[in-house]
Amino acid sequence: MALLRYESQVRAPLVEGVKDYHQVTEDICRPVETRPTKAWWIGFIISVIFLLFGIVSVTVQVIYGVGQWNLNRTVGWGWDITNFVWWIGIGHAGTLISAILLLFRQGWRTGVNRAAEAMTIFAVMCAGQFPVWHMGRVWDAFFVLPYPNTRGPLWVNFNSPLLWDVFAISTYFTVSVLFWYSGLIPDLATLRDRAKKKWSKFFYGAAAFGWTGSTKHWQRHESLSLVLAGLSTPLVLSVHTIVSFDFATSVVPGWHTTIFPPYFVAGAIFSGFAMVQTLLVVTRKVLGLEEYITIEHIDVMNKIIVLTGSIVGIAYLTELFMSWYSAVKYENFAFFENRLNLNSPYGWSYWLMMGCNVLSPQIFWIRKMRRNIIVTFFMSILVNIGMWFERFVIIVTSIYRDYLPSAWSTYYTPTIWEVGFYLGTFGLFFTCYFLFAKFFPVIAIAEIKHILKKSGEHYKAKMTELEEQKLETFVEKHGHDHGA
Amino acid sequence: MPVKKFITGNFYDEAVLFPAVKKARRAGYKIHDVFTPFPIHGLDKAMGLRDTSLHTAGFIYGITGTATAVGFITWALTVDWPINFGGKPYFSLPAWIPITFELTVLFASVGMVLTFCYLCQLAPFVKKDHFNPRSTDDTFVMALECTEKTNEEEAIQFLKELGAEDVKVQYKETGWWLGRYDKDTMPFRKKETEHHKETITQ
Repeated sequence: MALLRYESQVRAPLVEGVKDYHQVTEDICRPVETRPTKAWWIGFIISVIFLLFGIVSVTVQVIYGVGQWNLNRTVGWGWDITNFVWWIGIGHAGTLISAILLLFRQGWRTGVNRAAEAMTIFAVMCAGQFPVWHMGRVWDAFFVLPYPNTRGPLWVNFNSPLLWDVFAISTYFTVSVLFWYSGLIPDLATLRDRAKKKWSKFFYGAAAFGWTGSTKHWQRHESLSLVLAGLSTPLVLSVHTIVSFDFATSVVPGWHTTIFPPYFVAGAIFSGFAMVQTLLVVTRKVLGLEEYITIEHIDVMNKIIVLTGSIVGIAYLTELFMSWYSAVKYENFAFFENRLNLNSPYGWSYWLMMGCNVLSPQIFWIRKMRRNIIVTFFMSILVNIGMWFERFVIIVTSIYRDYLPSAWSTYYTPTIWEVGFYLGTFGLFFTCYFLFAKFFPVIAIAEIKHILKKSGEHYKAKMTELEEQKLETFVEKHGHDHGA
Repeated sequence: MPVKKFITGNFYDEAVLFPAVKKARRAGYKIHDVFTPFPIHGLDKAMGLRDTSLHTAGFIYGITGTATAVGFITWALTVDWPINFGGKPYFSLPAWIPITFELTVLFASVGMVLTFCYLCQLAPFVKKDHFNPRSTDDTFVMALECTEKTNEEEAIQFLKELGAEDVKVQYKETGWWLGRYDKDTMPFRKKETEHHKETITQ
């Protein structure tokens, strides 16, 4: 009898089909070991073209200055910071899946965590571009770091949320990379031991760090993963909290609100899961991994989307209520004129946000919709559009009309270079993702093997058989004499 | 660098592996290591390994991070160059919580990963013997170390009886002893090993 660990029969299997450990290795390594498909090449080339466009846009901006963007008085933060917050929000799902769901012992995370963590890293890389290039004199970017300098030394302002951001995002990036790579090492060792070509022997041999699978090493590895998960859990919450402080600690009506930290974190998880869905719905199909990233996984993630979308919805309504309840006319103006009023210049963006983020995810209350791939894909795009507009609404509608009408700015629209920069980060993101999907196992092989005998369809069926047996038959079949 | 003689056996099922480990220990064999493709909970206990103290190291690194952040910011903003930010006190601890927290996490994570790599002797380009490449795929490979007292034939027979397949004698560069960092366990150097192998087989 195989060693079966019990899992409730109510839970759907996480690995479908008849699999043994070797089959799991074969299935997940296949995309890495075969030549890239036509679809991969097309996607990769398009991504690289976008990336090149982004590089051109940034180069233009560096040569001619931030004036190449349409930022004005009073809209000093426009698409750049919108995109920054949007990407950093997307970068939250990976760590949520790998850390928080590990602590909550959610078995389904094993199918999606590797890709989600990679997505996190790439999204944070994209996010980091915006504040850096927004500085204008990018060659002085290192001024944000506290280093001994000849100006005093004059230190950075440790009381400023913008500096907190520097620490939060760089820490988040570092820890995410460490967490991702330490989980990847055993799987790279699997690839190393299977490698046939010279270059892949060299590459995976170098990348696997000499992993052997020794029991002691696994014990340490488990301890490391658990502690890193414990550290990443408050970290992931802190990062978007600190991003929200960039706004919440100011006195600008529309930004100056205490609800921002939880609201931003919920929104980040919301958009992050939407991006995970976008990527995985395609990845599982293209790489033929439907038995590992099952409809069950998609269903569960859609439940998180409807939950966090509704939390975000409550936050929007609370904001409106607090603005009304404060009886401050500037607050009222920011919310009821600049946002809620559809006829105001940016009113459309508020209602677009409401529609995409609050109303449309409600469709996921229906089980059939949660388990529909096309609906899921479409919704994931819609949510990401909505979440982009949320940041746009927060940033632009709060600042484009200052206290005095004489200081109201002209209607802010981005230039081609602002748009190009944004598209360029898409290029960066997808170029990285395509390379990742080609050269690394997109599913954590060791973790899938770990849950296989508990949650694999084949093994769950065996367990059902055992459960349904009469006690006498069970004892007769499996009982053994301890005295022997 | 010692090359030692081992008897290795492959297991394909955890349910066979666990009793085998126990019986091998009871029979007095020296289990060099069991190589598995994924973590098997309880195997470390069954093999008699002590718990890792890696998390304690992580705690110490974390505390170091906290102390570094609070200490440095306090010194920079109250001693080295006090600046009046909006009439707030120079020593404004609540505003430093975010950076203190981030540095705590950063120190703990980086420190732990480096310690992990040091303890397990993991680094880019490092290569080691692990008896059977299938142990990163689907097989649990148990390696018994042969000492002067070990009867080779008996040990092979013993492993076979425990349910091991593909039992064979292997001369290998040692990794390290269980649970301990040993100076002999430096990264594998191919030339020297082959030289040793020849001398042993002769």
